[in-house]
Amino acid sequence: MKKFAELFTVLDQTTKTNEKIEALVNYFAISDAADALWTTALLTGRKPKRTVKTSELKLWAMELSGVSEWLFEESYHVVGDLAETITLLLPPSESQTDYSLTGMMALLKTLDKEPEASKKNIIQEIWMQLNTAERFVFNKLITGSFRVGVSQQLIIKALAKHYNLVESNVTHRLMGNWLPATTTLQHLLFNPDIQEDLSKPYPFYLAYQLDVPFASLNNIQDWQIEYKYDGIRGQIIVRKNELFIWSRGEELMTDKFPEFEVLKNTLPDGTVIDGEILPFNGDEPMPFHIMQTRIGRKNLSKKSLSDAPLCMMCYDLLEYNGVDIRPLPLSERRAHLETLIETLKSNNLAAAAVLKLSPVFECHTEQQLIDLRLVSRDRMCEGLMLKHKDSLYEAGRRRGKWWKWKIDPLTVDGVLIYAQKGHGRRADLYTDYTFAVWHHNELVPFTKAYSGLTDKELVEVDSWIKKHTKEKFGPVRSVTPELVFEIAFEGINPSPRHKSGVALRFPRILRWRKDKKIEDANHKEDLLNLIQQLSNPA
Amino acid sequence: MLLKFDPYGIYCPQANVYIDPWKPVKNAIITHAHADHAKWGNENYLSHHLSIPILKFRLGDINVQGVEYGEEIIINGVKISLHPAGHIPGSAQVRLEYKGEIWCASGDYKLQLDGISTPFEPVRCHHFVTESTFGLPIYRFPDSQTVHQDMNDWWLKNKEEEKTSVIIGYALGKAQRIIKHLDPAIGTIYTHGAVDNLNRILEKTGLELPPTKRIISDTNKSLFKGNIVVAPPSAIGSPWMKRFLPYSVAICSGWMQLRGTRRRKSADRGFVLSDHADWAGLNQAIKETGAENVYVTHGYKSAFAKWLRENLHINAVEVDTLYEGESLNESTTPENEIDS
Ligand SMILES: [Zn+2]
Ligand SMILES: [Zn+2]
Repeated sequence: MKKFAELFTVLDQTTKTNEKIEALVNYFAISDAADALWTTALLTGRKPKRTVKTSELKLWAMELSGVSEWLFEESYHVVGDLAETITLLLPPSESQTDYSLTGMMALLKTLDKEPEASKKNIIQEIWMQLNTAERFVFNKLITGSFRVGVSQQLIIKALAKHYNLVESNVTHRLMGNWLPATTTLQHLLFNPDIQEDLSKPYPFYLAYQLDVPFASLNNIQDWQIEYKYDGIRGQIIVRKNELFIWSRGEELMTDKFPEFEVLKNTLPDGTVIDGEILPFNGDEPMPFHIMQTRIGRKNLSKKSLSDAPLCMMCYDLLEYNGVDIRPLPLSERRAHLETLIETLKSNNLAAAAVLKLSPVFECHTEQQLIDLRLVSRDRMCEGLMLKHKDSLYEAGRRRGKWWKWKIDPLTVDGVLIYAQKGHGRRADLYTDYTFAVWHHNELVPFTKAYSGLTDKELVEVDSWIKKHTKEKFGPVRSVTPELVFEIAFEGINPSPRHKSGVALRFPRILRWRKDKKIEDANHKEDLLNLIQQLSNPA
Repeated sequence: MLLKFDPYGIYCPQANVYIDPWKPVKNAIITHAHADHAKWGNENYLSHHLSIPILKFRLGDINVQGVEYGEEIIINGVKISLHPAGHIPGSAQVRLEYKGEIWCASGDYKLQLDGISTPFEPVRCHHFVTESTFGLPIYRFPDSQTVHQDMNDWWLKNKEEEKTSVIIGYALGKAQRIIKHLDPAIGTIYTHGAVDNLNRILEKTGLELPPTKRIISDTNKSLFKGNIVVAPPSAIGSPWMKRFLPYSVAICSGWMQLRGTRRRKSADRGFVLSDHADWAGLNQAIKETGAENVYVTHGYKSAFAKWLRENLHINAVEVDTLYEGESLNESTTPENEIDS
């Protein structure tokens, strides 16, 4: 646990990738295979379930530290993180015990079956045997909120380096639903039969935003041009009459999408399709919020199924008749994909109905490309994808052969009306803002936004807020309406839960409009009009 | 009430003096030379004599009277004296006594020994004005010996990796405290001009520091490798830093106790080193004054006042002031680098 906590501390402290990789490699070098496996699992988001209630943890920590509930809450508000709050409030430890990571994880697992009283004893006892860094990691693990600032790519690089393996193979091996309980490090990294796990997906190939001039793409005819759909990127896997659907976030979502059940017995054994899962109204994609509502549902009712029937917009074919065809050029993979879907159509119309082929567009000039990108929003898309016809299907985010060209975000000018101190990262500054638009000569709040200002601007706004506070309600301050900000967002939906009647997707501050007065801010009607425009494209 | 809080600062009507006023007044007692406590434009200043050279450096040719710790002056029947606050060299608590009623305004203070300031001395009083910059139980600062040890270890490690170490702390107080405890056997200590200015001034008042070199525009870049640079917060992210590449940067502040601040500042290291009292320090200091009335200023005012009422059964109230506590933000003061 000490070594793991030290690793965590280094990964958490440095922002430099080479230092992170070095720390990981050093850690793998001094750890046994079991701890290395657990570390790989934890760093790739395979965290254990929470086995204690956070409300209980809070009480146990309050008891040890002699802090009353309101003071605990004040502290928590400043720290912004329960695990860290507890770490900081607990009295210094009495003695030090070095648990192995694997041992600790086993102990946490058995905790689930313990009665409350003994859970409390076990946890309080462990707390008092750990140093500060270990306590923090331990608290993160028991609260199920363990996260590290290290991308999957870095872990892969480090494993590849330490075990002398090819990176893209490691990427593939780490995919899927393995857990430390179901495998060993040896099996995970070196088992010759990688398809033994039928559900194992391939690593997704991701694109960067286009940031090179059009001219450098050379011959535009060499590029496959598609819409960038706004749904859930996923992989449909059919192997030995079993169906698996993975999201890009490596979540197994098969149960969420019963529409695709029909593919189990209709797609050939050994088929893996990459595409975008979307709600469709006949041939028309529906707005993203309809998808969101459906995904949020615990139980899928008949109504939700018929309100938001899902299809996959197929982009690419990765496995065909049991063969990994990722090393083929895109033009050939596309041909196989078209054949696959054509064949399915002639065999089983119902099955073919849930798979749509992502249309490919012909563009000969830059202007055509620009025009196409502009109309993409009307098709509920967020721009274009440019994929070189020679491109192999690579693993992870890469430059050069695939580009996404997203449309510019939507924007609205809002007035700053409330501010709250940031959590964690920005605990000492007012950085969480609520913005308002006009409605009948009144300012109604319509969104919160946290990010987008530079550190310098944050400081400036922070000191402005302190001098222009009207009222304080708990942690929130209301301020004199005076500052106008341009808020960018990716989508807008009607929302009866919000006072303004709308909810924005991915709102963020684009810039501080020092040139604008509050009278220049947008009106609620502007937002409602935007919703109209976007859902009824002309 | 011997002291009251008005729009100009902390005021003693009987003696017609303000303590750390934030708007110009006739008579000002200055607890210490940090920018949020020592403002420009007062007619007459009074401070500890160690603060005077810095006040003059910062505020120009002011009319200032210096006193020793414990030296008593009487204005219109009010006995006034300054007592060590342990915050930075020359920092003082202001004790005022009138007709048997004793008040003490502490300014900024800490109980930890820093090796450069006269150690904090509790002042018995009836009314105590306290800061609360770190007035929450999450702030338990590590022993500063350990922190200085870590700092030297960090420097040594960077030296082995052939990097320059850049360490960030306020130019007044923090920087000298850092320099005082750096191990000159590891390498050369370079200073930013703002730090060096204050070093020179403080050295004239008798502060002894290890040898340092001021960085000037034509200091040869190759000299920095393996050595350490002490710079104020305004240096973070500025083009001035480029000359040290490759470097590792560390920030020294009480806020480094929080992971969020460490990460937001994206420094390579955060050392928890503060010139303010932590939670235990604040509690101890207040108990030792024996005061029944406590006025809580800059920091976690309301929480700390509530704690004092509930747990120490002290008549504690929060008071609004414009002092800024330990700010990590560069542009809160005109000089950028002088702050608590
Ligand atoms: Zn202060
Ligand atoms: Zn200060």
